[in-house]
Amino acid sequence: MEKFTILQGIAAPMPLVNIDTDMIIPKVFLKSIKRTGFGANLFDEMRFNRDGTEIGDFVLNKPQYREAEILVAGDNFGCGSSREHAPWAIADFGIKCIVSTSFADIFFNNCFKNGILPVVLPQEQVDLLMADAEKGANARMTVDLEAQEITTSEGDVISFEVDAFKKHCLLNGLDDIGLTMEKAKAIDTFEAQAATARPWA
Amino acid sequence: MSPKTLYDKIWDAHVAHEADDGTCLLYIDRHLVHEVTSPQAFEGLRMAGRNVRAPEKTIAVPDHNVPTTAGREDPSQMTEDSRVQVAALDTNAKEFGIHYYPMNDVRQGIVHIVGPEQGWTLPGMTVVCGDSHTATHGAFGALAHGIGTSEVEHVLATQTLIQKKSKNMKVEITGKLKPGVTAKDITLAVIGETGTAGGTGYVIEYCGEAIRDLSMEGRMTVCNMAIEGGARAGLIAPDEKTFQYCMGRPHAPKGAAWEQAVEYWKTLFTDEGAPFDKVVTLKGEDIQPVVTWGTSPEDVLPITGVVPNPEDFEGGKVEAARRSIEYMGLTPGQKLTDIEIDTVFIGSCTNGRIEDFRAVAEVVKGKKIKDGMRAMIVPGSGLVRAQAEEEGLADIFKEAGFEWRLAGCSMCLAMNPDQLSEGERCAATSNRNFEGRQGYKGRTHLVSPAMAAAAALTGKLTDIRDLI
Repeated sequence: MEKFTILQGIAAPMPLVNIDTDMIIPKVFLKSIKRTGFGANLFDEMRFNRDGTEIGDFVLNKPQYREAEILVAGDNFGCGSSREHAPWAIADFGIKCIVSTSFADIFFNNCFKNGILPVVLPQEQVDLLMADAEKGANARMTVDLEAQEITTSEGDVISFEVDAFKKHCLLNGLDDIGLTMEKAKAIDTFEAQAATARPWA
Repeated sequence: MSPKTLYDKIWDAHVAHEADDGTCLLYIDRHLVHEVTSPQAFEGLRMAGRNVRAPEKTIAVPDHNVPTTAGREDPSQMTEDSRVQVAALDTNAKEFGIHYYPMNDVRQGIVHIVGPEQGWTLPGMTVVCGDSHTATHGAFGALAHGIGTSEVEHVLATQTLIQKKSKNMKVEITGKLKPGVTAKDITLAVIGETGTAGGTGYVIEYCGEAIRDLSMEGRMTVCNMAIEGGARAGLIAPDEKTFQYCMGRPHAPKGAAWEQAVEYWKTLFTDEGAPFDKVVTLKGEDIQPVVTWGTSPEDVLPITGVVPNPEDFEGGKVEAARRSIEYMGLTPGQKLTDIEIDTVFIGSCTNGRIEDFRAVAEVVKGKKIKDGMRAMIVPGSGLVRAQAEEEGLADIFKEAGFEWRLAGCSMCLAMNPDQLSEGERCAATSNRNFEGRQGYKGRTHLVSPAMAAAAALTGKLTDIRDLI
């Protein structure tokens, strides 16, 4: 997995609440058996007309946001299905950080497995970042994971919380499975005990 | 010993390792797999030279892509990419030696219906699947939730998940339900109350007399939509109904092992005085038959209501409601019972079980669906289909004008050929009314099976209480 350390980039504002995984990547694009190539269809039904032409007023189609690497979004971002195709599409498009007042649980976890940092902040701070994002491409934000800080284009600094283990994995681009396999003995022991206690399971 | 919730008990029984910061390896008893969210995980195993650690605890079935029309073995019924995805599951199941119900097996169906039906899902277990509606299995008092594909790969390789414990939330439904009110109305009413993010960070335990009174099928409907309220999982403590449902199922324990299991399952309840971080209480008698008007499952109103005005909401919901009402082609103030329907979909992991079909048959027996209505009934599994045929329900449906389909996810998410066209409006027993969910620009109103049946007859969203 790609490491996430410091990101300086354009933030796109998406104030809509309850942006769901069907909006992020509609199911017609879930039929691939690969992990790559989903970025072309990120937000497909919001971003494109049926004939493939762009919908001009969708934020990521606007000239100033086409290179966005950060999303500032409304509450409950990523609700709906467990499809990891959603973060795959977001990462493939080039977005590496999403800020919202809350995220759906499965989507939130999926982000960390794909080098994306989801940041949860109180409403006032999301509002501040939303306003900064609305300034367009000249307003670059900086996200520093090590320091757990976002700096707006105006120099305002906002601190955020992140789970220590998830932070460690993101900073170092670590593969979860490899880490867990180092604990194989603990799993073996547990499995043996469980086989006695709950033989039907 | 301090009192524990049901969630605490199941969690504690499955922690294989705990790090100093509270990050745990949670042992997984059952891993369910379908064709959409697994191919990349199996490919990951292959590339790393890893095996499936516990193939005997891993069960796969194709459900999302499969056609539901007769003769579906014919490859021309599927698009090339759907065919490739199902074929990949066939290959992966064989190569890694996991349990498999292929498309032509009578036991095939929606993964969340097959698991309980075959006795894979049992009380006190941890159950995961690369599918958010894994919450369904919580009806058995199993800790069950959806995971992403990276986590699917993690569970395949290690039989564990890296987890931190969620908070405890209690949703109590007191008293009795009124006639015409079902499990679906309970679960939608709860989401209407809490919002789609109200459960975020929590595991919900549903309790109270109205929940106890539900059948296992009804309890599965309630837990199925816990995820729609944002919760990681929904749980219902097992009782005699649960044990009766499990007994004799192909993969349930037998003989002495059964006795031992039931003894253990009887300890799976929330202790008196165990603390909950959040409590929501609804009176069963206050719950009415409900319907969704918008594009989020929280957009719920009693069928007697009217389409709301976006200005009635606060904050970001004002714009979301405006967008929803426009997308749905509705007018604020419009009576919900005046909304005309052209399609009815009855099925899905929410409402694709035998009890749901009995409820539909009761409403439509001897009647005809409205002229021009497209109405399909899609059983949750081949065995549900067989049982419905044996009970004579299928004949009632066909005589009323419904299409009687083969098992699969079908129009719940429209990955197979069952889709809404642009502007079509559907009364659906499924779980999501998101934009485009049932087809590009399709419009979905979530309802109970009885309400869907009523809409099929009248051509409008209909208060089932007017027909009983």
